[in-house]
Amino acid sequence: MSVPRSTGPLFTADAANTLRLIGYLAVAIVLMVADHRGAYLPRVRYTLSLAVEPMYRLAALPAQIARESRLVLADRERLTEANTKLGQDLLLAQARLNRLSEVREQNQRLQELLAVQRSLDLGVQLAHIVDIDTDPNRHRLVIDAGANQGVQVGQAVLDATGIMGQVVETLPNISTVMLITDAAHALPVTVERTGMRAIARGTGALDALTLPSVPVSADLKVGDRLLTSGLGGHFPAGFPVGTIREIKPDASGMFAVAAVIPSAALDRSGEVLVLHQLIDAVGPPTPIADTGPPAPSAESPAHKK
Amino acid sequence: MNRTRAHFLLFWGSLFGCYLLQLMPLPQTLLPLKPFWLAIVLIYWALETPEQVTLGLAFLLGLAGDVFAGELLGEQALRLCILCFILLRFRSRLRFFPMWQQSLAVLALLLNDRIVLLMVRAIAGQSPPPASFWLAPLTGALAWPWVFLLFDDLRNRWRARES
Repeated sequence: MSVPRSTGPLFTADAANTLRLIGYLAVAIVLMVADHRGAYLPRVRYTLSLAVEPMYRLAALPAQIARESRLVLADRERLTEANTKLGQDLLLAQARLNRLSEVREQNQRLQELLAVQRSLDLGVQLAHIVDIDTDPNRHRLVIDAGANQGVQVGQAVLDATGIMGQVVETLPNISTVMLITDAAHALPVTVERTGMRAIARGTGALDALTLPSVPVSADLKVGDRLLTSGLGGHFPAGFPVGTIREIKPDASGMFAVAAVIPSAALDRSGEVLVLHQLIDAVGPPTPIADTGPPAPSAESPAHKK
Repeated sequence: MNRTRAHFLLFWGSLFGCYLLQLMPLPQTLLPLKPFWLAIVLIYWALETPEQVTLGLAFLLGLAGDVFAGELLGEQALRLCILCFILLRFRSRLRFFPMWQQSLAVLALLLNDRIVLLMVRAIAGQSPPPASFWLAPLTGALAWPWVFLLFDDLRNRWRARES
């Protein structure tokens, strides 16, 4: 007798639970669809940044402490060695800079000669990497400069050796960078030697990019250096992207696929440069206002007379 | 009074720690092994103190996780809701499993969670993940006994100090 009475409420509780689950799932799905369509999560995060940013700093703390303690404990010999090497590098860089400044002066003169208005000096901003990772399946970096420091979505991020990625989200004091190796990233490049244009896609592996669907007849060699082409307007032209490591035919045999080693040290942490948007980024021409053909019916016959 | 406060601290502290662990950097090779800490700790609390863990809590914790991860708002909320629902349904059985069977159950739950995630990502139009995508549930199941023992020990200690 007690059995049916005890199962009765149990079943209704189950049913209520199931209903509740369906309700929550529906809400979650609505949120996801809305976010996917409208991408309002960045806005939500921006408003909640008061909570998000301290959390990021806190999560990065152990790694930072580890790095700093390693620095403190690093033995003297290695430091001296590093110091000498850095001194040599500095000398070299200085020499290169001197040469560059000469080139720049020359460039300046030529530009003045040509009366070119636009200036070529790059505005860059130094930012530190906040050492956290939000999802191992995506290649993202978090850097400690955000909207308050003038970082905007779409700005290119570089290190000393090449292009690293672009800013995809900004919070007040922190922003997220999508690396060029992210599987969802593509970047217009040219081959330095031949000037051939191509698209370098991320592969999801931190040490590889790929040039898919290159014509088999294309003049590509292992060891060719790739530069940004500046097409598309996101990245300025002429920055190193990577070196071709391997070329092989794709599955269909109609095209070749080239594997590329990125030149930026994407797996290191430290400082990065955020490039300010160039005013004269080479992009697709702005579409001409749609004027349409002259209305033939009313105007032209009258004018022909 | 004191005991409830200690419990309160442990409960929310553990969840907070999960968010930190989730964001913590790891060497590149270990990254795919990072388990879904939030789910594991939520499983513990759902098994031990089911009156505290409701679908609503799972939903809110998931939303917070989404805000921290900055991916798709609602993704973790959906995953944790499904996990929590299955867990609460089978709680009475899972509770008295020996440890290794519990680990297997956790593995199944986390694998199911991975499948849900895969479906969400496929619908969102993302490329299929690498094979290492499936390693995280394994480490989660391996981590389960330690998480369980750690929290049980902490709670016992507090209880002992209290009495």
